[in-house]
Amino acid sequence: MDVGIVSYGAYVPRYRITPEEIGKVWGDDGKAMGRGLFIEQKSVPAPDEDVVTISVAAARAMMARTDVDPREIGALYVGSESHPYAVKPTSTIVAEAIEATPDLTAVDMEFACKAGTAGIQACMGLVGSGMIEYGVAIGADTSQGAPGDALEYSASAGGAAYLIGKKNIIARINKTISYTTDTPDFWRREGQPYPSHGGRFTGEPAYFRHITNATQRLLADAGTKPEDYKYAVFHQPNGKFPTRVASMMGFTDAQIEKGLMTPYIGNTYSGAVPIGLASVLDVAEPGDRILVVSYGSGAGSDAFDITVTDRIKKYKRDAAPTVEKIISSVKQIDYATYAKYKGKIVMKEESS
Amino acid sequence: MRDVAVIGVGVTKFGELWDKSFRDIGVNAGMMAMADAGLSGSEVDALFIGNMSAGRFINQQNIGAMIADYAGFALNHIPSTRIEAGAASGGIAFRQGVMAVASGMHDIVVVGGAEKMTDVDDASSNSILDSTADQQWEASMGATMASLFAMIARRYIHEGLATREEIASVSVNGHAHGALNPNAQFRKAIKLESVLRSGMVADPLGLFDCAPISDGAAAVILCPMDKAKEYTDNPVRVAAVTQASDTLALFQRDSITSFASSRIAAERAFAAAKLSPSDISVAEVHDCYSIEGLMAVEDLGLYGRGKGGKAFLEGQTLFDAGKIAINTSGGLKARGHPIGATGVAQIVEIAEQVRGTADKRQVKGARYGMTLNLGGTGSAATVSILEGI
Amino acid sequence: MSSTAREWREIPGRYNIKGSKCPECGKVFFPKRSMCPQCRRASIGKMIEYKVDGKGTVYTYSIVYDAPAANRRMKPYAVGMIRTDDGVLLTAQIVDANLEDIKIGMRVQAVLRKIDEDSPSGVIHYGFKFAPCE
Repeated sequence: MDVGIVSYGAYVPRYRITPEEIGKVWGDDGKAMGRGLFIEQKSVPAPDEDVVTISVAAARAMMARTDVDPREIGALYVGSESHPYAVKPTSTIVAEAIEATPDLTAVDMEFACKAGTAGIQACMGLVGSGMIEYGVAIGADTSQGAPGDALEYSASAGGAAYLIGKKNIIARINKTISYTTDTPDFWRREGQPYPSHGGRFTGEPAYFRHITNATQRLLADAGTKPEDYKYAVFHQPNGKFPTRVASMMGFTDAQIEKGLMTPYIGNTYSGAVPIGLASVLDVAEPGDRILVVSYGSGAGSDAFDITVTDRIKKYKRDAAPTVEKIISSVKQIDYATYAKYKGKIVMKEESS
Repeated sequence: MRDVAVIGVGVTKFGELWDKSFRDIGVNAGMMAMADAGLSGSEVDALFIGNMSAGRFINQQNIGAMIADYAGFALNHIPSTRIEAGAASGGIAFRQGVMAVASGMHDIVVVGGAEKMTDVDDASSNSILDSTADQQWEASMGATMASLFAMIARRYIHEGLATREEIASVSVNGHAHGALNPNAQFRKAIKLESVLRSGMVADPLGLFDCAPISDGAAAVILCPMDKAKEYTDNPVRVAAVTQASDTLALFQRDSITSFASSRIAAERAFAAAKLSPSDISVAEVHDCYSIEGLMAVEDLGLYGRGKGGKAFLEGQTLFDAGKIAINTSGGLKARGHPIGATGVAQIVEIAEQVRGTADKRQVKGARYGMTLNLGGTGSAATVSILEGI
Repeated sequence: MSSTAREWREIPGRYNIKGSKCPECGKVFFPKRSMCPQCRRASIGKMIEYKVDGKGTVYTYSIVYDAPAANRRMKPYAVGMIRTDDGVLLTAQIVDANLEDIKIGMRVQAVLRKIDEDSPSGVIHYGFKFAPCE
């Protein structure tokens, strides 16, 4: 039986900061940084937002577009590298907020930027094996970039949610293949506020190696070629890497354009590929074939071969805003406000 | 039920009383009232204390016992009761005292109100005041007490019931009177522009629309009317004292531009006293926020709906304007607002007015005066009407 | 100052605006009540859980400048009383709007946001706020 996407939803906070604004503070040519990264601006969460609230917003949008009763959800996974708690799951709060509790399993996932797609794979297994009717997989992040570090120009906030099932699917996931190795390109130790990375080591041995290997394995297994896909969504830590990896493998700019959101919202880490796919599904037509390849540092890639079904014509997409609509209303902030919102300023402890 | 008289009053200075503890101020006010009534103390049968939050301000509960002890009443083991109803604690304590005497249960009763707010920082003080709103669904959601009244003010302006200037003039009126009251926290008149320009607290209300944080206490002595002349040539009769409740949260009301609790308490008071608003010469109303004071004079029927603002703006509410004088003490804004003390201090002021001892603030010929003491956002209201004999 | 158990108990109301409906008179309440104030004894034990509509209109609002510690990184911020489309009046913060654009009559929709945390090592409390919508 076919397993696929029954519904989806996305959310990006409304605040933005430009590379130029960040560069001013650290004495960098921010504009040049932005050009080099293909990033115009990045999203910033408000002080009252976090991975929980972003996941809930995306999940509620996903539920608004479908008639599925939340009590039929049998599993809920939230993948992130910025869960609000080190111990106490985001997924239970989200499950409560969409009224899916108590008859389901839930767990939080972490695998740098691919924790969301890993959740999709887990749901596919549970649904495909008949263990559950519907599963929810969410990728969301509010990642921190260290002050003055290159990642500060790109690390942003956002997320998207996917309802996986067998009935009334709007897109069939034909196949998924992953490529996983122990590659320490980017990491954060427990208790450390900011991540560390291997500089240029994050390129060829990490991002490019895993994405190309996962893609090649999937295409070989599916018997497809790049030109068979209408859309391709690659992980997008900046606008440059996915453009280059697409070109390396024979995909065109036109194929990746719709799913490339990082230039407008920054790198939403576990939210990046889920949001990119949501942007594609916002315009996809029956029969469109979509290649989705995520990448998580540490390292691994999850590749998906997806075909849009006729059902998408009946899908209540208008019941929630499209990605384009979500990002159309923005508010620019300066670095001081950004630092305040992101908790980068050491505050005095409150007296009770 | 027998008639009740106020035979003695006492009130401390209100303000930041750094050298005075809660025990000090509670006892001082009582001592002054006892001296005013010519009592030694052994005559007192019962004690009622209005205090909102000593538990949070000074970590002390069991206030009834504490005041009885330090006022010397514990030796006689008289009953001592603490009453809490947000900012209406003092006024409702007064009603409890009146009921005790009217019913024949007790003869000589002391009613006090006291609060010591400055032993905690301002943020904590505000948080404690916010807890008289709905803690779970208003305060916790980020709606401070000031913002709740600011939302009322916005609605008032939106519905054309008052202008921003009219609302601000409640504070101007308060300060004009505070300048004449030696016990007031603020004793300088202020201009309307100063109120409008003051730092924003919760739009549209600014710092000068809000009562200050204060320490202070007040007390009155009650006895049966038919015994009053044994103690004083100048007794004041309690013509009526009423009380009404309403929903805890402002959002549960049918209207937020009028407090049903105030209106109902006032209607019941006028009926009990067989009087009407035109009989009233002077009133002490609850202006924790300027808009609250404006709404009060309309809810009491002293000025018409939508006309209270004009009355304040045009100075009709001043002690010597010949209309109904409002807040000759300075009100909560200028006289100060030690929460539990306020309701009793209002009684003290009206008693002084109707017995002719209000000094530089005296409303000429005042025979009937009234008070309105409110708790929360009008979730508790108590009205009293006093008559000079 | 908060209690883990007290906040946990209120989760249905905080996350999903769950109130009560009286089966006798049909009136809807938020927050939930164990008894209808109108029907009193006739309603005890019979109150039905009712999920309040998340869409509504701003009835009144204020911009808070003097903020409690929980909101110190967000001041000035807006609070409002919102009349939901099913007639319930609620109090909550209004977010994601330019403060100068907030108006009586504005259309808003409930969103989940952080309300408070007990301390940097304590539990985070989430609850409803309202954001502009069409």
